[in-house]
Amino acid sequence: MTRTLLALALAVRILVAPALGGAMAQDASTVPHRVVSLIPAVTEMIFAIGDGDRLVGVSSYDRYPPAVQKLARVGGLLDPNIETILSLRPDLVIVYDTQQELKQRLARANIPVYRYEHRGLADITQTLRAVGARLGSADAANRAAAKMESDLAAIQRSVAGKPRPKTMLVFGREPGSLRGIDASGGYGFLHDMLGVAGGDNVFADVKRQSVEATTEMVLARQPEVIIELRYGDSLPTFDTARIVREWDALSSVPAVRNHRVYVLTGDQFVVPGPRVVEATREIAEVLHRR
Amino acid sequence: MAAPIRKRLLGVVAVFGGLLLAVAVVAPLVGTTRISLAHVFDRTTPFADNLDAQIFFIARLPRVVAAALVGAGLATAGVVFQALLRNPLAAPETLGVSIGASLGAMIAITLLPATAILGVPSVSVASFLGSLGALAVVYALSIARSRGMSSTVLLLGGVVLTTFLGAIVSFIQYLADFTKTFQTVRWLMGSLDVGSYTAIVAALVPMVIAAIGYATLPRTLDLITLGPDAAAARGVDVARAERVALVSASLSTGAAVSLGGPIGFIGIVVPHLVRMLVGADHRLVLPAAALFGAAFLIGCDLLARTIAAPVELPVGIVTAMIGGPFFLWLLLRRTR
Repeated sequence: MTRTLLALALAVRILVAPALGGAMAQDASTVPHRVVSLIPAVTEMIFAIGDGDRLVGVSSYDRYPPAVQKLARVGGLLDPNIETILSLRPDLVIVYDTQQELKQRLARANIPVYRYEHRGLADITQTLRAVGARLGSADAANRAAAKMESDLAAIQRSVAGKPRPKTMLVFGREPGSLRGIDASGGYGFLHDMLGVAGGDNVFADVKRQSVEATTEMVLARQPEVIIELRYGDSLPTFDTARIVREWDALSSVPAVRNHRVYVLTGDQFVVPGPRVVEATREIAEVLHRR
Repeated sequence: MAAPIRKRLLGVVAVFGGLLLAVAVVAPLVGTTRISLAHVFDRTTPFADNLDAQIFFIARLPRVVAAALVGAGLATAGVVFQALLRNPLAAPETLGVSIGASLGAMIAITLLPATAILGVPSVSVASFLGSLGALAVVYALSIARSRGMSSTVLLLGGVVLTTFLGAIVSFIQYLADFTKTFQTVRWLMGSLDVGSYTAIVAALVPMVIAAIGYATLPRTLDLITLGPDAAAARGVDVARAERVALVSASLSTGAAVSLGGPIGFIGIVVPHLVRMLVGADHRLVLPAAALFGAAFLIGCDLLARTIAAPVELPVGIVTAMIGGPFFLWLLLRRTR
């Protein structure tokens, strides 16, 4: 009885597969239908290519799109809950490539994984295409990726020829003071977004994703624009005016003196998924406001 | 026989004070950016356009002053805790005051709204309040001690308090947002880039109170080191002296940690180092530890901000990397 059902299910999958995967010759039995994503960026990509209904579990950090609220939570980079993941009976788990232990345990359970790595802006569309191909939705993924690339190119064209302000992109600091400032270094998607948006990163020479900017570094690098990103749990509680005012302690920095400290809010700045286009557009807007 | 104490004290202050002065003069002049001292004090350029003066007065000078205060505060607290608990392993972290300060900072970073109180960042304020909370528990332990609790039990109580508060710190870090967790981890590595003079002035208040307490201690600490009975036999009010010692060392620890984070190794390495150099007399050890602790931390911070330029290392990593091997070498050399 069970065997007949399985055979039937398999037959249905094979018949339906062309509709899902377009013209792609995809082995239907490997097209996943119960996907767990531990990476918020990939979750957004899966929704963007119209396969959100195949997700059964997401990480504890997923917030977008709102549909993720209804999905099971399976932990995150440091604390994936293998029990919850197994109980969801996934046929594909999207993991960080560094999650060695999780990968081994999933291999023992015979569950396929997709290994994700966090890199630059160009890698986002590459990941989008690869995830799409893995889900048998290569066409939709290629379309979404091409749209992202042309949108980013359009932003780049729109700022071409405009002055490129020396910019410090801050993504964290100690609350209430200018201590422990984390700024984007000259590597990674934040740095790339700033470049596309028409700004020059003051820490472009520091080839790291993040730089802890001390008072001396901020003074010495003389940023003309400071963009502070706010995101995460406390999202609705920001007092933008107060955040800007806190920079007055460094009133001799050009960005502070010329009132060019901006606060941008939202997870789109820290989730390297399809919304980076929107995020890049917001950065471009404040960079060239004058 | 040893020279009279007054003369030896003068010598100690001259040597260690000279070292501190030398380090304190050099440190603000060196950094990732080259600045010219002549330009720093050039009054013809307005401050707003004088980058050298800005770097000197806004970035480096507060750092050097903060390093001096934190170094002196932790080193003297280490001396007092080691004498009081008659345990060479005691440090500012031992009785839980340091972790209390850390817990306060964790709460401020993850849960409280970002704000400043009289110009002092909420993280520093909460951190100092956390140290006071831990001090209250330590004080209760010290009262129990004056009713006959052994220093082993006092030590045990402190260690349990440290572990307990440490568990709460881990719990808060685990629950927090990813980026906030990162900020808390970073805070725990210590940083002297204090950003403003207000935070320094705020930390100075408890430090001065601690210094007044320390001033009454040296003779009694010497006697307590021999054992409470010996001290009592010489007419010392041991219970009272112990309370003064506990409160002073705790205030100094709390002020130091709320200003610079829990910077390790200073509080254990500097006291032993100083004892090796000047002997066990606390009239010499306390001032020497204050001066040498200040100089040592200024030096470590100088390394922290220049060695990996253009990025910086957390100063707590530098103190441990220098202090650890150096201390082990001293121990091996002494037992050879």
